[in-house]
Amino acid sequence: MTSLDILFGAVGLITAASAVLAVTTQRLVHAALWLVVALGTLAGCYLILGAELVALVQLLVYVGAVVVLVLFALMLTRAPMGRSPEHSSSAVQRIAAAVIAAGTTALLAGVLLPALGGEVLSAQTGDTKAIATQLFGAWVWPFELLSVLLLMALIAALAVSRMPTTSPTSPVPAETEST
Amino acid sequence: MIHVWLPLALVCVLAGAGAYGVIARRNAVLVLIGVELILNSANLLFVTMGSVRGDTLRTGQVLTLFLITIAAAEIGVALAVILALFRKRGHIDLSEPGA
Repeated sequence: MTSLDILFGAVGLITAASAVLAVTTQRLVHAALWLVVALGTLAGCYLILGAELVALVQLLVYVGAVVVLVLFALMLTRAPMGRSPEHSSSAVQRIAAAVIAAGTTALLAGVLLPALGGEVLSAQTGDTKAIATQLFGAWVWPFELLSVLLLMALIAALAVSRMPTTSPTSPVPAETEST
Repeated sequence: MIHVWLPLALVCVLAGAGAYGVIARRNAVLVLIGVELILNSANLLFVTMGSVRGDTLRTGQVLTLFLITIAAAEIGVALAVILALFRKRGHIDLSEPGA
């Protein structure tokens, strides 16, 4: 056990606990806030593993943008602030989900840990310059394709949100909402 | 010096938690949170393996950056779909049949 092991164990334990809480809490807004904790501590895990650039991008994009989008979606769909047991699924479905989740975890652990678990990695830091050289050298065409993908996603989101609804059967009319 | 089984165990736990969230949740936004957790477990696996098997192209970290970008695009489109669904149906409960 090295000091980095203990550090990663502590941060990873927070990540795992907040991820489990994010999918099990009964309050909708709390789920998004636990997701903030999970993604933020995962950025700390990247930092410990020696990937500073990835950690900063994770903080900027995930904690900064994605979680704000999720919170906006929760507010725009009028999520209740308090405990909302009517949003939780039935006990049978939850037990089945827990069994499948445990199976996924056991399967991944059974494949990954015996194959690679015994290795030791030495986290080298200060690798950002090499990553930038490779990103704009060998990986430049996938990078440009990704920018096109982002543009397409933006246009698609705009088109979907401006799509006329065929049957406006909303139970809450817009007039009563604005008054 | 980090023993590799620690990040790999975290990968397994994150993927399991995400799978639970996708299956057990009824609210569409909460299902999306489960999908985000699964994507992040894949990211952590990329970074870990990129550190274990270091190559000159830095494949692990570069692919992680790409995956973060793809996840951002995915969540933008998914939230637009969820809002369209909410305008049409008045709720985003995935366990109820469509109108």
